[in-house]
Amino acid sequence: MALLYYPVQYEGLEASKNIFYIAAPPNQQIIPGVTYLLQKGLKNMYLLGSDYVFPRTANKIIKAQLQAEGGTTVAEDYTPLGNTDYSAVVSKIKAAKPDVVYNTLNGDSNVAFFKQMKAAGLSADNMPVMSVSVAEVEVAGIGIDNFKNQLTAWNYFQTIKSDANTKFVASYQTRYGAKEVTDDPIEHAYSAVYLWAKSAEKAKSIDVDKVRAASNGVSFESPQGLITLDGETQHIFQKAMIGKAGVDGQFEVVWDSGADPLKPDPYLKTYSWGASVAAG
Amino acid sequence: MSNLVLQAIFNGLSVASILLLVAIGLAITFGLMNVINMAHGQFIMVGGYVAYVCGAMAALVLGPAGAGNGYLIALPTSFVVAAGLGWLLERGLIRFLYKRQLDTLLATWGVGLILEQAAKNIFGAPNVNVDVPEWLTGSLPLTEDLSLSYARLFIMAMAGVALCGVGWYLFRTKTGRLVRAVMQNRAMADCLGVRTDRIDATTFALGTGLAGLAGAALCLLGPVGPFIGTDYIVQAFMVVVLGGVGQLAGTVGAAAAIGGLDSVFNLAFSVSIGQVIVFALVVAFLQWRPAGFLRVRTRSG
Repeated sequence: MALLYYPVQYEGLEASKNIFYIAAPPNQQIIPGVTYLLQKGLKNMYLLGSDYVFPRTANKIIKAQLQAEGGTTVAEDYTPLGNTDYSAVVSKIKAAKPDVVYNTLNGDSNVAFFKQMKAAGLSADNMPVMSVSVAEVEVAGIGIDNFKNQLTAWNYFQTIKSDANTKFVASYQTRYGAKEVTDDPIEHAYSAVYLWAKSAEKAKSIDVDKVRAASNGVSFESPQGLITLDGETQHIFQKAMIGKAGVDGQFEVVWDSGADPLKPDPYLKTYSWGASVAAG
Repeated sequence: MSNLVLQAIFNGLSVASILLLVAIGLAITFGLMNVINMAHGQFIMVGGYVAYVCGAMAALVLGPAGAGNGYLIALPTSFVVAAGLGWLLERGLIRFLYKRQLDTLLATWGVGLILEQAAKNIFGAPNVNVDVPEWLTGSLPLTEDLSLSYARLFIMAMAGVALCGVGWYLFRTKTGRLVRAVMQNRAMADCLGVRTDRIDATTFALGTGLAGLAGAALCLLGPVGPFIGTDYIVQAFMVVVLGGVGQLAGTVGAAAAIGGLDSVFNLAFSVSIGQVIVFALVVAFLQWRPAGFLRVRTRSG
């Protein structure tokens, strides 16, 4: 028996007593992303994702939220993992004329998608895209020109101004090279080690059951801000943020969820429309 | 709506040209030489990284504004580097396995893994960005809804050049004639004094060089990273097998057919369903005609 500290955002609807979900469930990333777009008046969304569990579940959540909050799902489109030709998708986006594309593509496909959007004359000016799997590390591979001014939802950006983050970025670049960038999964993985260590200190043991029992309320002044473990869901309290890509490949934080970190809600219990999604 | 039809036709031609570029090298190593080269995708990757290095070097010499010019040097360089690596692979490994086709499958798979890992160690796991000339970005607007991207037009031209080059080499040069002779009847060619081992190495190098060229061309539209080999390898084999092994014209036909079907089905359904339909059609066709579009006619059958 062991504990897994999982540092990457995911689709929620999950609870294992052996896993601590350190990165965002939908209510700390995907749902705030949708809310932000709706507030900006971008109501007609084209949902594009790779064809596997994360985008399928994410889009189920987004569709329910749009229906409840006055948005429209213009299309729901999936491409195989590793797909590199987006000519048809770009044509469909042009024909459907959505206000925004909500992008849950994974990995290499993002590079192909954004390069081909730009080549077809679509950029943030005429077709904004909200991404949930593109961070600082990926922007370089996509090409900054192809990603300029596009939006992403995360809990951490390298540009966050705090003493903890300044120190974190400096240490990271000293260790791995001055040109290296940090991002959300890196920050969550880093913070996860501290959360475990603090839980173990509190438990005065590294025994799995004792660490788990001690975890509730353990907090850490992480690079993204103060984060706290929630013993009930084994997720963390953290802020959601929206970033806009600049010409240097870094993100400007254009919105965050406020001073109080969001309580994790992997089963969408706090949303009136959540029950139908959680039920299947 | 007619714009969407025109766009579909353009997309189809574009996908076909990409498939042709991806597959034309394999049409030589697998089609002509019968080497199941599972590392073909990694040679495409090599071409992409050569383009990246050329861009970085151009940026050093000409400054950031001139980085895109490195791309023009990258096109021939990617061919030369990938061909060189292919030549080494043939001399160092493949030539010992000509009579053991299934072993080449495993051996080249292993070589592919080694190339992939080498790329990760040298360039890191994330994708890299290739600087391209300004005139290759953007698109040619025809109407409000219809535009032809310069990158896609350029790749069509590249596929055309690669195809004409290979056709000219195989059918209009002396070496090309020797290549065809060795592939058709090795023993007889050997008897007549052809240095068959040299021809093997040259032919294999040509195939991998074309994969490298494809990699340099595709970085206009696709990712350049350690994992792109697996993104392209299945498409490449599908085109060659559907076209008919050993038939260059068949490869062209297969690329066109798959490109066209892709374009239509990917527009009509989600891309993921579209791809399944195209795969199903290819499998069904191969049930009906196992040899593909064109088959080699020989005395024995």
